[in-house]
Amino acid sequence: MNEKKTKNVFKEGAISSEFIGESIAKHQSKTGIGAHNIFLGQVRADEVDGKKITAIEYTAYEEMANLKFHEIREATFDKFDITCMHIYHSLGRVKAGEICLFVFVSAPRRRIVFEALEYVVEEIKAKAPVFGKELFEDESHQWKVNT
Amino acid sequence: MNLESWIMKLNIKYFGMLAELTQCSEETMVVEATTIDELLEQLFDKYPGLQEKDFQVAQDQQIVLKENNITASELALLPPFSGG
Repeated sequence: MNEKKTKNVFKEGAISSEFIGESIAKHQSKTGIGAHNIFLGQVRADEVDGKKITAIEYTAYEEMANLKFHEIREATFDKFDITCMHIYHSLGRVKAGEICLFVFVSAPRRRIVFEALEYVVEEIKAKAPVFGKELFEDESHQWKVNT
Repeated sequence: MNLESWIMKLNIKYFGMLAELTQCSEETMVVEATTIDELLEQLFDKYPGLQEKDFQVAQDQQIVLKENNITASELALLPPFSGG
């Protein structure tokens, strides 16, 4: 059940809880699914040298990133017996407390979705050319580093 | 294999902190180079400071080694990824 076409994973701004809710609802017709697992990346208001991060501004090498997301999707379908999966990543400004990454995997049974979701999220962090600029309250910034 | 340098027109893209350093997100350059390393030498001359940065090079939207020959007209300099 591979999805052959390269999709656009990016959404401008934060990913809303309404969008996430609707994505879940769309799966009600897929009754072969018995387990969903969802990862939501949220922008954290870290404090650096006494200054608080208020938002992250995301940019990406979009063509390459969409290609990488496609490769990750294909590899996940090859490795795990999942029914479907979806990835959405924000571009532009996402405020602290808002969602910037939404990964959704579904399978007939639970064990597979636990493993598959971790795999997808780690692959995204390592392989997708996306760059986060952490903005502070005083308009200064630093470049995000994934740990 | 041809070891001579070629004069070619390249489109070079910069992202994140590298775009901040070069003050542009992309540019077209006419360069004389065979390998990516040779191209980078020219970019280091143009942008002092670039040499100290940690980055990878993508050619045809794939990460390539700096010893590789230039085979595409679009190259991208990518700082460490920080998605999610």
